Amino acid sequence: MQEAISFTPQIIASSIAKILWLIPAVPIVASGVIALLKQPKRKTAATLSIGSLGVSLLLALAAFAHVVNGWAHTAAVRETVNLTWIQVGRTNVDLGWVLDPLSAIMLVMVSFVGLLIFIYSTGYMAHDENYTRFFCFLSLFAGAMLGVVISNSLLLLFMCWELVGLTSYLLIGFWYQKPSAAAAAKKAFLTTRVGDVFFLLGMVWLFAQTGTLLFYNNGSGSMEHGALAALLAQPAALGLTAAGAIGLLIFAGAAGKSGQLPLHVWLPDAMEGPTPVSALIHAATMVAAGVYLIARVYPLMQAGALAGGTTTALTVVTWVGASTALFAALIAVAQNDIKRILAYSTVSQLGYMMAGLGMGGVAVGMFHLITHAFFKALLFMGAGSVIHGCHEEQDIRRMGGLKADMPLTFITYAIGMLALCGFPLAFSGFWSKDGILEAAQHWSIAKAPFYMLVFGALLTAFYMTRQVAYVFFGHWRGHKPAHESPAVMTVPLAILGFFAMVLGGIGTPAWPWFRAFLNGQEAGFGLHGFAEPGLLALMATSTVVVFLGLGLGWRLYGGDSPKVEAPDALEKAVPWVWTVLHNKLYVDEFYGVTVIAFYEWWANVADWLDRRVWGGVVMSVAWVFGLLAQLNRFLDTNVVDGSFDKGCDELAAGGGLLSRVQNGRVQAYLRILALAVVALVAILIWSSRA
Amino acid sequence: MTPLAGYLMVAAMLFAIGLAGALTRRNAILVLIGIELMLNAANLNLIAFWRYGPHPEALTGMMFAIFSIAVAAAEAAVGLGLVISIHRHAHTTDLDNMNRMKG
Amino acid sequence: MSPVFYLISAMTVAGGLAAVLFKNTVHCALALTVAFAGLALLFLGLDAQFAGFAQILVYIGAVAILVVFAILLTRGSETPKDSVYSSNWPAGLVIAAGVFAVLGWAVLQSVRFLPNETAVPKVTVLDIGNALVGRYVLPLEIVALLLTAATIGAVIVAMHEKEGAK
Repeated sequence: MQEAISFTPQIIASSIAKILWLIPAVPIVASGVIALLKQPKRKTAATLSIGSLGVSLLLALAAFAHVVNGWAHTAAVRETVNLTWIQVGRTNVDLGWVLDPLSAIMLVMVSFVGLLIFIYSTGYMAHDENYTRFFCFLSLFAGAMLGVVISNSLLLLFMCWELVGLTSYLLIGFWYQKPSAAAAAKKAFLTTRVGDVFFLLGMVWLFAQTGTLLFYNNGSGSMEHGALAALLAQPAALGLTAAGAIGLLIFAGAAGKSGQLPLHVWLPDAMEGPTPVSALIHAATMVAAGVYLIARVYPLMQAGALAGGTTTALTVVTWVGASTALFAALIAVAQNDIKRILAYSTVSQLGYMMAGLGMGGVAVGMFHLITHAFFKALLFMGAGSVIHGCHEEQDIRRMGGLKADMPLTFITYAIGMLALCGFPLAFSGFWSKDGILEAAQHWSIAKAPFYMLVFGALLTAFYMTRQVAYVFFGHWRGHKPAHESPAVMTVPLAILGFFAMVLGGIGTPAWPWFRAFLNGQEAGFGLHGFAEPGLLALMATSTVVVFLGLGLGWRLYGGDSPKVEAPDALEKAVPWVWTVLHNKLYVDEFYGVTVIAFYEWWANVADWLDRRVWGGVVMSVAWVFGLLAQLNRFLDTNVVDGSFDKGCDELAAGGGLLSRVQNGRVQAYLRILALAVVALVAILIWSSRA
Repeated sequence: MTPLAGYLMVAAMLFAIGLAGALTRRNAILVLIGIELMLNAANLNLIAFWRYGPHPEALTGMMFAIFSIAVAAAEAAVGLGLVISIHRHAHTTDLDNMNRMKG
Repeated sequence: MSPVFYLISAMTVAGGLAAVLFKNTVHCALALTVAFAGLALLFLGLDAQFAGFAQILVYIGAVAILVVFAILLTRGSETPKDSVYSSNWPAGLVIAAGVFAVLGWAVLQSVRFLPNETAVPKVTVLDIGNALVGRYVLPLEIVALLLTAATIGAVIVAMHEKEGAK
């Protein structure tokens, strides 16, 4: 389990920590510049993208070196730079970034794998007319993902999280003219949204309880002792403390993003996007963001655990992870699309990572994340190379015999496949998966996850063998002959293949460098690490399982290659199992009947309300006003105008009457004169009498 | 009734009579006659006030009356000339029928 | 108030009444002359001899003659078809009565302020002549101008228009 962490808090951040914000900022700025480029300037866009990510990689390596340096001198680094963003009264909302072993490792992984995939994309997307848009979105994604990695504030993480989700939507629906791609993008966004709602709830609750969203803030951060103690003291519902409840809410958000069991439905459909997108986002980085989030808030998830025990939150994480691992592996067995198999494999491996976090701690889960990033990206890029070489064919039943036509692809793909299966000793997947299995074996709550994970490993080996046999062995079943991909695509494959083999070395029990690095402890090389009780037995068990899976797969699929329309070998054996698995265990249909149907019904209700009730209110108000307007007009025409007209008529009549005085006769005028004079004189005399 | 008051009453009577004639007779010449009567009544007033006034040796009243007589004569001449001209044009001196200036 | 005064006043007033009441226009002119004469006598009674004689000379000698000429020239001596009084003569009567009422009331109200007897002014023609060319020379000249204009005007107004100048 998690050992004691000994970090020295840094009051003054080092210079590399101060400029850490550049790592996500440079790709985002590059994305903005590409968006504003006038004509399709393909070379400029690609250069900007790759250059910006290259800069980020250099800075990430510098940061990593700094952290390693600190660790080597037994002063483990956790440097934070925090800024106040909003001040409301006495509460602040702060943003900030953190440089510690966890973020340093993720920075290097994301930028390195990202850079390789960017370079690969220049070859893969060379014939696409929306080349510049692709690189704009890719850069934006890279910046956002790096932002998620370095953020020290749950709010900043959430913002970058949403941005990552947005770019995922944009990239899945890159070929938006295809209805299936647009629908897949929408599905991805909405499904992760469901998780994000819970994430937001958890975030708000955390802020309300602790008053801060920063993770580390010289003792007053939300992952630090004071805040955690306050959260533990606060009870929530169902026997949970506030810490546990918030942890579960945040896990719900991670479950959406990382495709855990109820919310996994978007990941396979996300294969509608271009293959580099699938490699980068839905294998190596974005889906790993959920796992990274759990690793970041691990102190919260683990708060209140007694020595050797665990918390409710972590238990839930484990069960969900283990179920996902098994579930997805089952479905992957019966798929025919080369990318879809890999997608379900990703879901399965994410389940492994979550289970590893839940049972073994941050180091166990994160190690598998790092190794998985490399070999899964490798596998996806290899699949892309195969698709490209087979002229955009994606059905494995129409491929075959490619090991002769595409040798480089075959070798690198084989390396990736063996790493994924966990082939012993030489491949990194073996060591990372074994770390998880070891933790599962020693889990105090139940043994079921262990058996589920072992069976999942068997299935992994089985379906990967099936896929490789279909694609690379046998004879060619397609239409046009296949060709190897250009160097710009195969060189990244080779680099990733190298790492897929070598990375295992940093996590073996003989030299547990990865775990020690993350926990800030010493790491010594020593074969005594293998002397742990049960470890060698476990290694043997997993080896047997892998070979069993490989053998089964080879027996069913490795011999003569079947015809295209012939039913699958497994289908011939157990047809109803095959049908269920092929239809993805009917999860999508279930959602369609329950959630979607309810949502449609609710939308209809809302529409009726809107048109009849609210609309009715508005219409009646308008009707009242119409009535008032009519009344007004009536008054205006008849009363106001009428009286005015009448007045004018009276005036005219009066004028007519008065004008009769002017009758043109002199004597009449004289009379009036005399009368006036009389009157004047009378007035004068009367007034002068006073 | 002082003498002055008597003369003033006579003048008032004459004035009223002249006015009545000017206002009620049809013939234009009769109107002029009435006007002459009014002027004369005014003259009588003037002389009366001169005689019983404070400074008769200043001759103000007398002069006024003399000038009034002169002006009245001129006015009568012009007025009657007008009446003759109208008669030549309309062949009548009936004022009731002369309403061309009717508004 | 001597009886002479009452007599002359009565004559004058009667003459005036006759001048406005008679139907025959020539009779009206003659009654006017009587009224003028009465007035002249009243002037003489007020020791305004010059004014009295001027009255006789101008009014009786010129204006009355003028009136008669005008009557004759306008065929006023013929009996008119309609009444000699205008169509709404009571209005004029009332107004005239009103005027008389006001004037009479004014006079009667101020009776106590009027002087009873004063000295007879010694006025000679020499004084009048001196006043005319001394103090009142401007009115004199203006009246001369006025009379000239009136003469010319009356002539022009009453003249037969030449045939061609219509």
